[in-house]
Amino acid sequence: MSNKIEVRDFDFYYGDFQALKGLNLDIRANAITALIGPSGCGKSTFLRCLNRMNDTIRGTRAEGEVRFDGANIYAPDVDVVELRQQIGMVFQRPNPFPQSIYDNVAFGPRVVGMAKRSDELDHIVAESLQGAALWDEVKHRLRDPALELNPGQQQRLCIARTIAVKPEVILMDEPCSALDPVATLSVEDLMRRLSEQYTIVIVTHNMQQAARASDYTGFFWLGELVEFNATESLFSAPKMPLTEAYITGRRG
Amino acid sequence: MAVAKERVGASPPPEQQSQVKWGERIIETVIKMGGISSIVIIALIFLFLLREGLPAFLDIPLRQLFGPTWYPIEEMFGMLPLLAGSLIVTVGAVAIALPLGLTTAIYLGEIAPPSLREILKPIIEVLAGIPSIVLGFLGWIALAPLIQNLGAPTGLTAFTGSLILAYMSLPTIISIAEDALYAVPKEYRDGALAIGATQWQAIWRVVLPAARPGLVIAVMLGIGRAIGETMAVMMVTGNAANIPSFQTGFFFVPVRTMTATIAAEMGEVAQGSLHYSTLFAIGIVLFVISFAINSLAGRLVGVDGVRRSRGGML
Repeated sequence: MSNKIEVRDFDFYYGDFQALKGLNLDIRANAITALIGPSGCGKSTFLRCLNRMNDTIRGTRAEGEVRFDGANIYAPDVDVVELRQQIGMVFQRPNPFPQSIYDNVAFGPRVVGMAKRSDELDHIVAESLQGAALWDEVKHRLRDPALELNPGQQQRLCIARTIAVKPEVILMDEPCSALDPVATLSVEDLMRRLSEQYTIVIVTHNMQQAARASDYTGFFWLGELVEFNATESLFSAPKMPLTEAYITGRRG
Repeated sequence: MAVAKERVGASPPPEQQSQVKWGERIIETVIKMGGISSIVIIALIFLFLLREGLPAFLDIPLRQLFGPTWYPIEEMFGMLPLLAGSLIVTVGAVAIALPLGLTTAIYLGEIAPPSLREILKPIIEVLAGIPSIVLGFLGWIALAPLIQNLGAPTGLTAFTGSLILAYMSLPTIISIAEDALYAVPKEYRDGALAIGATQWQAIWRVVLPAARPGLVIAVMLGIGRAIGETMAVMMVTGNAANIPSFQTGFFFVPVRTMTATIAAEMGEVAQGSLHYSTLFAIGIVLFVISFAINSLAGRLVGVDGVRRSRGGML
């Protein structure tokens, strides 16, 4: 399997505070990579660096390289808008827009200009909702407000909205932390199916989730990547004492 | 008092309890009286307006009352020129203030760096406190000559009034619209940007619709300020009760608004005369207009806005 994203000597600063220190890791294509670690360890910050969402926060600075298909996304000539179409993001709290279900999914294709005709747009919306395993629940009420859906459905709607622009990578920032266990499992099933087409990076504070749903796991501690390995090896035979302490619940 | 019985275990001893109850009841009554009195006062104002203004509606045929000639000395009480004057000045003011106000709010709320916003916002809010008469002065001394130089027969025109009114309602519009934008959760912007929307697309397609209820309120309050304003408008619109026609330059001729008419003529009418009650009738018409604007605003913000949006409400 090839590397979709390669991170090299990456540092990140909020003003004077260094949030990420000398990161090096490879993210495999069509796999699920989980990032775990205690609150404030930098895992979410790192995730937001992968599609440059941190650009929206003032006073931040990145050093080093993040190569996406071999090209550094922090190079001066990179079009951030185009980058985010290729590397989409799903957030911690479901954030559907206060619009109809249809308009939410159609938002991306519309701003990108993907569909010339309305039946093309209908097709993309249906396909995306099917992809996010939401179609059967909403196909009869596409014009209803998205905020009337339950949180689990809202999160899957946000996933549908993200895949509607046909990205290559989907970043998920604790996508299940606001969901109940049943909704969590359905999102995890969905991730598994999505990983056939997409490369997925997920931040989670839930170690069981990382263990059961991911192929690779990175453990962050105080802005550093302590250990990165195939999920099975990391959880069954951690190389670093700190990793072992954390996953067995003695540190964290 | 089934509820009280259930809570017996946790409630204070009986004598203390009755004290608490009395205190609660007094505070409740005071608040209730405050609420009721404001409603009663508004009702009384309306009744007073009706009592003083109704004779005009009864004694003057409606066709004449809304006729084209306002000439009280000859007992000609046609409100149309005044309605037209108010309408032209207000619509003009809104047409100027709306785009300026909303774009400024968008700049402040979405684009300007926070440091600049922290400086500009208070300044704009201070502008809202400038007494309208001072702006009237400004219009009279500075603006009117400028407009006359542009080729109008006089500098005191509907346009001058609109400019002054626009300037007067801008701080209100900007400040409230910016608050509405600020109340839109950051998650919406992030959500839009993360799919590859540009900043402008995120603002136009997500933030503005989400903030719509608040934006409507901002605009309506701005209009409210404009249509009710009297003194400054009286100073700069030239006070001619004519219906502006297209031949005479429409926007660039002197007009007289309803409010200005009441203010200018109230001092010199005999109480109880037909002229007197006609002035009150103008007041009734104004009341009805602003009531209509308010309920329209309510309708626009209404159920739809509450149901569909989490953000943007004030």
